[in-house]
Parts: sequence; C-alpha cells; structure tokens
Amino acid sequence: MSDVLAVAEHRRGDLRDVSLELITAGRDLADAQGGDLHLAVIGGDAEGFAGELNREGVDAIHAVDDGNEFNHDVYVQAVEQLFDEIGAGTLLLPNSVNGLDYAPAVAERLDVPLVTDAIDLAHEDGLSVTREMYASKVATTVDVDAAEVVVTVRPAEWPKAEGEGSADVRSFDPEIDESTVRSTVKGFEEVGGGDVDISEADVLISVGRGIEEEENIELVEALADALDATLSSSRPIVDAGWLPKNRQVGQSGKVVTPEVYIAIGISGAVQHVAGMKGSETIVAINTDSNAPIMDIADYAIVDDLFDVVPELIEEFGGEPP
Amino acid sequence: MKILVTVKEVAEAEDEFEIDGLDIDDRYLEYDLNEWDDYAIEEAVQIGEDGDDVEVVSVTIGPERAEETVRMGLAKGVDRAIRVWDDTIAGTDDLDVAAKAEILASVVEAEDPDVVFSGVQANDDTFGATGVALAERVGFEWAAVVNHLDQGSLSEGTASVRRELEGGVEELTDVELPAVLTIQTGINEPRYASLRGIRQAQSKPLDVQGLEDLGLDADVVESPVERTAVFEPETESDVVTFDGDANEEAAQLAEMLRDKGVVEG
Repeated sequence: MSDVLAVAEHRRGDLRDVSLELITAGRDLADAQGGDLHLAVIGGDAEGFAGELNREGVDAIHAVDDGNEFNHDVYVQAVEQLFDEIGAGTLLLPNSVNGLDYAPAVAERLDVPLVTDAIDLAHEDGLSVTREMYASKVATTVDVDAAEVVVTVRPAEWPKAEGEGSADVRSFDPEIDESTVRSTVKGFEEVGGGDVDISEADVLISVGRGIEEEENIELVEALADALDATLSSSRPIVDAGWLPKNRQVGQSGKVVTPEVYIAIGISGAVQHVAGMKGSETIVAINTDSNAPIMDIADYAIVDDLFDVVPELIEEFGGEPP
Repeated sequence: MKILVTVKEVAEAEDEFEIDGLDIDDRYLEYDLNEWDDYAIEEAVQIGEDGDDVEVVSVTIGPERAEETVRMGLAKGVDRAIRVWDDTIAGTDDLDVAAKAEILASVVEAEDPDVVFSGVQANDDTFGATGVALAERVGFEWAAVVNHLDQGSLSEGTASVRRELEGGVEELTDVELPAVLTIQTGINEPRYASLRGIRQAQSKPLDVQGLEDLGLDADVVESPVERTAVFEPETESDVVTFDGDANEEAAQLAEMLRDKGVVEG
C-alpha cells in the first residue's frame, strides 16, 4: 500500500487543465497500489484552487499559501517536505514547462528515481511507466524497482477528473529557506500577437520541416492564396525565422480548431498535435505513411509535397511559383 | 568567465525501421548532434565571441563514435571538449537521470563554470531532466526552457532570461549565477561550421575521462529504472488515403474540400 501525491499547476490566477488530469491518473494509480490520493496546490489562491480540485476520488488536498506565481525554489522545498510528511510512494507532477523546472530537482532531493513524460501507468509487482522515444516512433515500458518514485505525466493523455469530491482540505505550512530562493519572476509577456490570428481561421494551410528551404515557403503561400486560406506552421519553421511567431500552432504557440487543417510536411510531434487535434477535418500531406500525424488525420496524401502542392494550386486556379 | 555546454549525440530513427530487442535495430538509426544542444552551443559561442576571457567547454557522455559530434561543436567555436566514457558506462543500457547528473556534476566540480547550458531535452529519449537535476546536485540555481538570454546580464552575476511557457506566454526571470540554463530551440540561429573551423577543431583539446578519472565509483551507473519493452504504438488511425499520381491525389483532395464547402473555385 502506498499513497500518491499529485501537485496541481496554476498560472496567473487559473488552474491549468493538467491538474485535473493528474487527479484521474493519480486515482487509478492509488487504487492499483491500495493507497490514498493526496493533492497539493502551492501559491496563488491556494484555498480557491483547492475547491476547484475537490473532485471525486481525491482523499486529501494540501493548500500551501506561499507566493502568487510558480517559483521552483519554493515548490521544490514545499513538495519535498509534504511528500515526506505524508509518507507517499509516488509523486505525480505535470510534464509541463514548469513541471520540468522542478520535478528533476525534487527527485534529486528525495534521492528517488525520476521517469518523465508518462503516457500510461500500470502497477502490478511494481510501477510500470509507458513513454515514447525517437520522436514518438516507438513506445517503451520502463519498470521502476523502488519504493518511492517521481513521475511526470504528459498533458492531455488522461481525461479530466469530474464529479464533486469530499476531500479533506487542510493547509500545509512548509519551512522555506529564503536564502535558497535565488531566482525571481519579474513578469509575463504574451508573444505571437500581430496582424494575423490563426485561431480565427476556417481553413489553415500549415507547413512543417518537410518544406526544407526558406525559399520554398512561397509554394505554400501560393496554395493558401489559391484556397483563400490562412498560413500557419509547426515550430521548426518559426525557430528558423521563416515565419513569425504568430503563425505557430502547438503547445508553445496557438491552439487552433479550424474547419479544415492541411498539414504539409509536418510529422506531428506531440507538442504540435496538442495545438491542432481539435480541428474538424485534418488532412496530411507527407512522404512518411507512419508519421504520427497520420494517426489523427482524416485524409492523407502519402507523396512528395513538391509534386502534390503545385497540382493542388492549379486545381484551384492558382499559379505555382 | 567559463561556460560549460552539455552535448549529446543522439540517435534518430529512419521512417521505416525494425525493432530488435529493447531498441530500434541499429541499422535504422543515424547519429547526430542533439538539436537542442546545437542551440546551446551557439549561445555559448556567441558569448565567447563577444566577451574577453570567456572559455567555452563542452562535455559529452558518449562512445568514441560521438567524437564526430564533439568535433562539430569545436568547429563551431567551442574551445575544448571533454568526453566521458569507459567500459562500465559502455556496459550500461540506459543511464538514468541521476547517473547522468552525477557524472556531469563531477565535471562541473572539476571545471567550476559560471554557467552551464544544457539542451531542454534530447530528441532520442526526450527525458528533459538532466539540466535541472544537475543544477540541484551541484547547488547551482537554474531555469528550464530558456528562449532568450540577456547576455550582458551574465557579467553582473545574473542571468536575465525568458522562459517559454505554454500557449504563447513567456516568463521573465532573473536567475543568480552560477546557474544551469536549459536552452530551447529558436533562442538563436545556430551556425554551420566553417571549413576553417573544421580544420581548427582537429587540433583543439578533446579529453577522454572515465568514471575513475572523475573520482566516481562504478555503481554510479546502477539504476532502479529499467527499460523492459519497446514497441510500435498501435495506431487508431482511420485515415482515408488518396491514391494515384500527384495530379490524381490533388484532384481527390480538391473534391473533398469542395464537398465540405469550405473553399470556392
């Protein structure tokens, strides 16, 4: 029997969805281990968040009143102390940008193993974690032979917990050594504004690494023109500076839900899919029939985009560049 | 100032591959510099070029094969390199986060850098944990997923960074040095190595060290985390594939789009 402690994530006054997904993952695991599910929420409106987190399956919620926003030095100390106080066996954290900013440090301090980016969890003789490798081309199972472990859980893999809970909400007051808080959050900035809002478009022509060269961007621009559609892209195109940040679809860019999303030369990394899987109809044009994008596409052309896109432009009365 | 950059040579799988035991068959793997580390190298080299008395050192845990990748970093402007490897590490299937952190920590202790740049993640196992674990182990401050660094702030003992959060939001944070920054793609534009750089790289120091050289015991590689299965994920795909030559494929897609009524013409 072993308890699970999951730590919620919030930012700028809002609880993030992954917090409720952690409850689902944590409840299943706690059941398999015959233990309780504890939640922690640190900083911000901790009491208010605790109310929102009080869903079916949660046994106890620990609210830590310390600071407004995430600070990893505070989180590391609070979580370490709470984990020890509860005597939990598994610490479940979000595999988010902030989750990865403190999970490894907590595991170090607790001197327990860490497995990140879990997409499935099972417990029989011990904990078994499913995670992906090689850009999602394969999945692997890793077994953890330890009484205590830290696991980070991929967002949007588990459903959000629902139903009203009857958890015992208590406050937890960790001892924070202020001298070890050596980073300061100065503020936040929204990026990717500007002339175009891709999240408003009905049809998106989205281009990825398969376009190969900056000069080839004009090919997909011509297609977007011919279809009267809006041009968007995956991350590498923006990283390379070929399109501005406001065109980026994905976890760190925009979440889009157009009627039609045409992914051209996009393999479909998990961070990209997170931003477009809600599209009504998804079309993939890619040379690799095994690319992850094919798993969520409704229609596909498995062929060279440099052959297909000019034909498509002509279909709609445009002229390929 | 001294900057230490952690560099990993990663395996990338071809589109078509076969699984052999607990990994993809080596015939279908190609080895290259980890994409995130390319940006980390560039960030360090830029600071080295702009400042006086800046030394950039790279550290890699990897077999002899990885020297090609290490030399690539030297060709791009890294001053010298350390490669950690020995029979004990070679005999270990997967180094876990703690083992990597312990090995790198011993290098940090020997080198005493002001700042460490580490890629956000490696694109083979995508653990995304080494940099922060290393920071905690050596008592450095840290920031994960940095997509902008005010390079001038380093001389004042601080790293003023932007962390790339989800949903187009960036966090502006000041981090006290010494620190580990995990570097996100897009922070800069990594250079290609010049011919001159490639020639110079051949004569730059590349020091190979084993666990014993670093003062570590062989049991550092032991791990409670073990890979037990590798498989191709089951696809739930019910994708309709348009067949034919490019012209026929385009025509079918056009018809579908017109039927949906989302495009005219």
